[in-house]
Amino acid sequence: MSSEDLLRAGRERREVEPPAPEPTGDVVLELDGVSKAYGETPVIEDLSLSVYEGELLTLLGPSGCGKTTTLRLIAGLERPTGGTVRIEGEPVAGGGDAFLPPEERDVGVVFQEFALFPHLTARENVAFGLADRPETERERRVEDLLELVGLTDHGEKYPEALSGGQQQRVALARSLAPEPRLLLLDEPFSNLDVDLRVEMREEVRRILDEAGVTAVSVTHDQEEAMSISDRVAVMYDGQLEQVGAPERVFQQPRSRFVASFLGHASFLAGTVDGDVVRTGLGPVPMERVHGLTAEYDGSDIDVLVRPDDVAARAADGDPNGRVVNRRYLGPTVLYRIELDSGDTIGAMHNHAAEVPLDEPVRVDLAADHDLAWFPRGRRRMADGGRDG
Amino acid sequence: MATRSVPAVLRGGEGRELPLGLTLLAGAVAAVVLSPLVWVLASALEASGWLDLVTRPTTVRVFVNSALLVGLVTGASIALGVPMAYLTVRTDLPARRSFTVLLAMPLVIPSYIGAFAFVSAFGPRGELRDLLVPLGIEQLPSIYGLFGATLVLTLYTYPYVYITTRASLKSMDGRLVDAARTLQHTRWEAFKRVTVPQIKPAVAAGSLLTALYTLSDFGTPAIMRFDAFTRVIFVEYNDVLGGGRDLAALLSLQLVAVTFVILAVESRVRGSGVETDRTAKGSTVRLGRWRWPAFGLCAALAALALLVPLAILGLWLVRGGGGIGAESLAFRPSYALNSVGVAAIAAVVAACCALPVAYLSARSDASLAWLIERATYVGYAVPGVVMGLALVFFGARYGGALYKQGLILLPLLIFAYVVRFLPQAVGSTRASFLSVSGTLPEAARTLGRTPTRAFRDVVLPLVAPGVLGGAALVFLTTMKELPATLLLRPPEFKTLVTYIWTAQQSGHYGLAAVPALVLLGVSAVSMLVILYVEGYDVE
Repeated sequence: MSSEDLLRAGRERREVEPPAPEPTGDVVLELDGVSKAYGETPVIEDLSLSVYEGELLTLLGPSGCGKTTTLRLIAGLERPTGGTVRIEGEPVAGGGDAFLPPEERDVGVVFQEFALFPHLTARENVAFGLADRPETERERRVEDLLELVGLTDHGEKYPEALSGGQQQRVALARSLAPEPRLLLLDEPFSNLDVDLRVEMREEVRRILDEAGVTAVSVTHDQEEAMSISDRVAVMYDGQLEQVGAPERVFQQPRSRFVASFLGHASFLAGTVDGDVVRTGLGPVPMERVHGLTAEYDGSDIDVLVRPDDVAARAADGDPNGRVVNRRYLGPTVLYRIELDSGDTIGAMHNHAAEVPLDEPVRVDLAADHDLAWFPRGRRRMADGGRDG
Repeated sequence: MATRSVPAVLRGGEGRELPLGLTLLAGAVAAVVLSPLVWVLASALEASGWLDLVTRPTTVRVFVNSALLVGLVTGASIALGVPMAYLTVRTDLPARRSFTVLLAMPLVIPSYIGAFAFVSAFGPRGELRDLLVPLGIEQLPSIYGLFGATLVLTLYTYPYVYITTRASLKSMDGRLVDAARTLQHTRWEAFKRVTVPQIKPAVAAGSLLTALYTLSDFGTPAIMRFDAFTRVIFVEYNDVLGGGRDLAALLSLQLVAVTFVILAVESRVRGSGVETDRTAKGSTVRLGRWRWPAFGLCAALAALALLVPLAILGLWLVRGGGGIGAESLAFRPSYALNSVGVAAIAAVVAACCALPVAYLSARSDASLAWLIERATYVGYAVPGVVMGLALVFFGARYGGALYKQGLILLPLLIFAYVVRFLPQAVGSTRASFLSVSGTLPEAARTLGRTPTRAFRDVVLPLVAPGVLGGAALVFLTTMKELPATLLLRPPEFKTLVTYIWTAQQSGHYGLAAVPALVLLGVSAVSMLVILYVEGYDVE
């Protein structure tokens, strides 16, 4: 086996590795090979994804990756160029000429800027989707929802008289009112102040749980995605990079992009040599590297190192690097360290710890979990210490 | 692949493909609105010996006269409008807020009423001479001709430059000037290098309005007896026996061509605009010992433009009557009702026509939608006298018996109003469509509404004020329209405007006081509507 074959085998093997416990239950939404292009410009290519009953799945990715377009395809606000969208097994787009318009899909949407109707009060906004229900039922439902989102006293106000957080609650109540099969949230927190954002995250999660609705949200904020979601689907350049529970996607990213997008990531060049990987931080036992086996002996790999996986201290005789940059972040300090091996890695320390700048330091691995790795790519992506 | 953009997501997905029905409707409006241009062209092509007519000395003289008038009025308007805007926005001018309003007020006075008043005040047998005769002054310099036309048109059109410049000075980040001054620039250098480039597009836009108004204005040159395009066209048109209609047709075509040239020039200048989002107020300029001279300048300008016509109208009102032979000319309330009637119909029709055009252009960035919207602006480029003439040509040619009996005239007149003032309705309606986010109808659809019902329940209630504002503007400007009304009205049909015109022509000035004051009231309301629609603020 040549080393290239090995690498290929490695990649394939990694893709069929045993999955983390996946959600069980009924599939509410299924995207099957969906693609979308504007004229010649592809925005989404061959995207397949299933969302299960009761879960909150977040599409996460940088702006322009196609996540909002995906949401609009699900809502019926765009037509896919190819592939099929199914809701509860029923094809709503694709699969022949089938296209169910948004008003017949039974899908609720919380829009990015909330899209509250400015000429209607909060109560009238919530009642908007209930036009076909008997009046008494409609009133009771509106009342219930206002209570659910904690706005019982603000029903008669117009959107402009409500704060950002209150507007979001109205938007949520409005989209939940017709009891949709699926709720979509487009960057639901991007319009809120930073302080409010964290508070509303918890609140929205509570409301969704209470309503027991299946939801898909979209965001570019990895912290937000990881803190509220049952599963995260990372998108890049119109394609799905990885889907899974937040912890798993963070710790075992399947691509360098996912690794870098979810937090500071440094890649440590290494060579598999017997039962260790030789790196700029010294030999790392093979069993510390997730899924690395003996068949990779002799091949070059990159080990993913997050800033809290390493510890640096003033060198006392055996230095292996030099601090080239120090960024004070308040509670912690982020150091960028150039290793003697040529790699640059980031190291995170408590604000009280003192690591000398521009002097030799000693860096050691301090991770208490298995490290992820990638076959040596053409480009080394070192992100330690730079803005991520 | 990394630079993928998601072009029109924000505009609403499915709406990007032009909806067929809407496009056809808007296209039909555009085509109908463009049709008068065809008649202008057709009547000019039919003119006998057009080459001879074009090169005739009269034609050349008229062109030179108009160019001169437009140049002088536009130049003078910039010279007045820009400093006044600067004084009222940036300095500690005394009574700054009062002047902000007062200096924009001349726009309320239709220029023909201004011209009328100035002739009565400063003409050969005017009020001023009557006051000066006891002092031994028998002769005043003539108000007629280029001087009078320039004076009156400048006084009543400089506010276009003033208002647009003000808006741009206010929206400009005042700290930019402060920044320039910390970089060793004097106040004047900072103005030249920072302020001027920023306000240039606004000054150009205001100048465009001034130039177009001057070029198309009929009343002022007519009253000032200055041979600009509009006056000569009107005179030649009435000279049926002398064969003047051919010349009128040719001059009309020339006038439209000149208008398009002005529009083209402006669109070039406008391209250089820089938009800033930040609008912090910079430090106020202290005028020091120039404070009171500046005050005097502003006061004199406001007095000349506002007090002269008001004083003259007041004088007429007090003196009353029109003297001998005026009984048959007495004012009847039905004239006012006629004015209101045609204006109301024109307003409703214009608002209905504007709706599909504005909706299409606000929701689609296809070039066809842009083209249709631009086409409806042709009214700006076709002066009233040309529009009237084109429709007379059309009526005489194809109206047959209907035209001879005068039955087709009123519909033609309303059509002329609609074409001329449609841009106001489209502009106002389009702005309100643009202010309604495309996600609102989408939200309605995810809540179970069909596209039609989403439009009715969500979009229509939100754009209603803009549609009404546009209709109100058309109504008010129609009330004041002079040349097309003169050309197209049925013989016995009199309105406020034609009544004022008759009173002026027959020398019974006193009769014009009441209708003129009514029109001033109408204009004042229309100003308020414009200011409301455009968000002009006094601060």
